[in-house]
Amino acid sequence: MVKNNLVEPEANSLFPTQYKSIVKNLNFYYGDFNALRNIDMVLHEKQVTALIGPSGCGKSTFLRCFNRMHDLYPGNRYEGEIILYPDNENILSSHVDPIEVRMRISMVFQKPNPFPKSIYENVAYGLKVRGIKQRAMLDEKVEDALRNAALWDEVKDRLNDLAFNLSGGQQQRLCIARALATDPEILLFDEPTSALDPIATASIEELIADLKNKVTILIVTHNMQQAARVSDYTAYMYLGQLIEFDTTDTIFIKPKNKQTEDYITGRFG
Amino acid sequence: MYSKNIKSTCEKRSRSTGNLRYSYKRHLREKFIELLLLLAAFFSVLITFSIVFMLIKESITFFQHVSIWEFLTDRQWTPLFDDAHYGILPLVSGTVVSSAIALLVALPLGTTIAIYLSEFASYTVREIAKPFLELLGGIPTIVYGYFALLFVTPLLQIIIPDLPGFSLLSAGLVMGIMIIPYVSSMTEDAMRSVPMHLREGSYAMGATRFQTAIKVVMPAAFSGIAAAYILAISRAVGETMVVAIAAGMQPNLTWNPTEQAATITAYIVQVSLGDLPHGSIGYQTIFAAGLTLLLITLIFNILGHLLRKRYRETY
Repeated sequence: MVKNNLVEPEANSLFPTQYKSIVKNLNFYYGDFNALRNIDMVLHEKQVTALIGPSGCGKSTFLRCFNRMHDLYPGNRYEGEIILYPDNENILSSHVDPIEVRMRISMVFQKPNPFPKSIYENVAYGLKVRGIKQRAMLDEKVEDALRNAALWDEVKDRLNDLAFNLSGGQQQRLCIARALATDPEILLFDEPTSALDPIATASIEELIADLKNKVTILIVTHNMQQAARVSDYTAYMYLGQLIEFDTTDTIFIKPKNKQTEDYITGRFG
Repeated sequence: MYSKNIKSTCEKRSRSTGNLRYSYKRHLREKFIELLLLLAAFFSVLITFSIVFMLIKESITFFQHVSIWEFLTDRQWTPLFDDAHYGILPLVSGTVVSSAIALLVALPLGTTIAIYLSEFASYTVREIAKPFLELLGGIPTIVYGYFALLFVTPLLQIIIPDLPGFSLLSAGLVMGIMIIPYVSSMTEDAMRSVPMHLREGSYAMGATRFQTAIKVVMPAAFSGIAAAYILAISRAVGETMVVAIAAGMQPNLTWNPTEQAATITAYIVQVSLGDLPHGSIGYQTIFAAGLTLLLITLIFNILGHLLRKRYRETY
């Protein structure tokens, strides 16, 4: 059922990019409930991969495997592998420290969730957690992150203001800056624009396109147009299974699977 | 033509059924309920004001005999002696020292327990530990008083041989233990009401549980934690039985916790139980002392209110 020729290394010649991560036969359980079934997929380095599918299909569950978010709650269980390159290590292994994983794979959430701190402290949070204390270094990293998140010009004169005073779109860009400040290798986006208005959404999408040069991106989205606009690769999921994974052009123009086609064309979902 | 038609149809219909008519019965009932609720709310306000009114009225009589200056600066409190002095300072010092010791015990311990229960404990541990903590809060204060006098004081005397039978230290320590459940339960409630997505944001940045608790959850729960601390202070300042039993009844201007000293509350107990003639100046001292107590707690409540307004949470 799973059409997935991209996992095979031979297929690599079709795509000039490197793999950042390979997912092999991933299963995930909430207690007894098998929420993800036998997923095989790859993340191409410095490319945007979108996860689409109807509500409850397991997109967010899959995304949250990448930074071991499920470890926070009791009764959750992973099976299978998510190999991270260049380390060539399975990040789901019990020998891997989830905190180390999260240090290298950052996440931006559905609802902007700035901490009850100043703008500066929000962006510096990840660095301080990693033990960086030198003021000059923090200043530099914070400015870089805010510039990369296209927020610097709007907040440079009020870095000590409380983050809650920003607008929703600004808060989300602040959360992106916070995630970028620690130079992550993969950036996970969990429906990052679903709580934002169209203008703020456009600015976030523009940002994602810019960030592609720096970081590998995996994005969950409800919005198919958004997937088509921002991503290079798209995975269609349904009921915990990966139905089809291919380049975004293929998925949206000539999907191989009938189910994918039905969803893309709006006959289902 | 068309709109006229609609209008006439509507009028006809409303006239025929009458169900849009203003219902006096329903509104009267609603007004009655509103009045009842208002009275209930007004009742508590009334009680508060009558207490304040009584304290102020009786205190005015007292301050006609004793100047406010003398009350605030005299270093002795001997209203029942022939050589009467009316300086509140000895009672304030007793209150401040015993409360400070209690808070030194209750705030750090209560907060630590709250952090553990809210951020670290599993569901089972929390469900077992919380009832026990609440039980600690349900023990009558008189029991705590005797616990201080007959158990804690002898124990302390092993470490500090010169410790007298009554001491601020012993009373303060036990008072602190007594207040722990209030601090821990309110702080835990405040921390647990911090939404999960804030914690997840912190974990996603690679933070540990402890870093998340200290750097994200506690600042987010600040107003609730401040409320818990203010309540703890008010309870410590207003606590009566433990200090009356274990700290002694002798007014003593001291900042030394190993001495015995009366607190404001202990003095009020002593005088209310005594056989002073109603209306005498000695009798009226308890109202001045009570007013002082009220003002101290009022200051902390206002402070807490200001803090809460300044750091209002808006997750």
